[in-house]
Amino acid sequence: MHDILAAVEPLIPALRRYARALLRDRTAADDLVHDCLERTISRWHQRRPETDARAWVFTILHNLAMNRLRQAARRGPHVELDDAAAAQPPSQEAHVRHGELLRALAELPADQRSVLLLVGVEGLSYADAARVQGVPIGTVMSRLSRARERLHRLLDGALPVAPPALRSIK
Amino acid sequence: MTARPITEDDLQAHVDQVLDPARRAEVEDYLARHPDVARRVAGQIRQRDELRAALAPIAEEPVPAELGLARLLDARRDRRAHRAGRAWGARPAWQLAIAAAVLLGLGGVGGWSLRGAPAPSSGIAALAQEATDSYRVYTPDRAHPVELRAAEQPELVRWVSNQLQHPVAIPDLTAAGYRFMGGRVVATAHGPAGLLMYDDDHGTRMVVLIRPMAIERDTAMALHASGPVRGYSWAARGIGYSVVAAAPAATLHPLADEIRRQTAAG
Repeated sequence: MHDILAAVEPLIPALRRYARALLRDRTAADDLVHDCLERTISRWHQRRPETDARAWVFTILHNLAMNRLRQAARRGPHVELDDAAAAQPPSQEAHVRHGELLRALAELPADQRSVLLLVGVEGLSYADAARVQGVPIGTVMSRLSRARERLHRLLDGALPVAPPALRSIK
Repeated sequence: MTARPITEDDLQAHVDQVLDPARRAEVEDYLARHPDVARRVAGQIRQRDELRAALAPIAEEPVPAELGLARLLDARRDRRAHRAGRAWGARPAWQLAIAAAVLLGLGGVGGWSLRGAPAPSSGIAALAQEATDSYRVYTPDRAHPVELRAAEQPELVRWVSNQLQHPVAIPDLTAAGYRFMGGRVVATAHGPAGLLMYDDDHGTRMVVLIRPMAIERDTAMALHASGPVRGYSWAARGIGYSVVAAAPAATLHPLADEIRRQTAAG
């Protein structure tokens, strides 16, 4: 059991970051990471030792996140808490820019958002990102190119970005 | 010169700094001759760096205790030990009788020590089991999950309080994102209990079971799990509470704390 601690524990901050950037809801993201870690523990013995632990754990988290996003889409629009941006003082210019960037990121289709985060932020190789998304490398490359282009156009004002919304609790 | 044409994939790989040196030199040479493309690529590099900077604070946060891997591993070990300990208790009586008879027949004087850990017959463990059973029966019911709806709260409160012979208040969990759906009286081996149901914006349902306790009348909050269904149970001043949902312990714990706070104040 020591190998799982050594291999997985250092990944937890990155798993939280990936989940929160995808869901934009701190509680929901941490719940997802919790479920991911439970599954990682129960399936650890099934893992082929030659597979990279990071890509393997990210795959579990990614599948949970996509299920969650699909369920949310079926239930209709759900306005999520923008706490990554809200946690920062809005007076500072860099933070305003970061808020805009994260709002624009949220406008991307989930597959594009995911690949941008996996490759651009988490630093996964194209091959590992393809494994996590369960698609060929060519698909990862074209998603990445489209995601970057679209993000640029959103920030450039060529595409409209939804204004920040408040979360409503019924 | 028969240089391979520069592809969009090459440009992405340049942004991600994963080109081998020879190809990188070719891409840089191309970009020097195509300032429009160079501007676009530079913009994408800047965008990647900004995205990293915007999200970096999340990875710098201290990891919540509920996500500590060592703690999750311990909890799993405990659950397994608990299940192993209960295996005998879960067997039908006739199997136990045969086992005892066999051991006695073998002259094993230890035959009567088979008591082991009996199935929970009362106390907090029984309450937790009853709440889990009620959760399994009532939350999947789409048509009639509750008998009296939230709008009929005064009648529900009267009904449950009369049956329990104890004034019962409905905890308000709207601040935690859970809406009160309604409730009913359910039968348990230890008399009537009040079952309250809540749900959140995602449609996740949660139940709270409340009944008087004959034993273990003041007990600290404890986590229990049965597959994906988890719960927190405790007792205060003779009344037992069990909060159950198919949700991570990290989600349930603050809800249980809030219910305990409100019921203790009431």
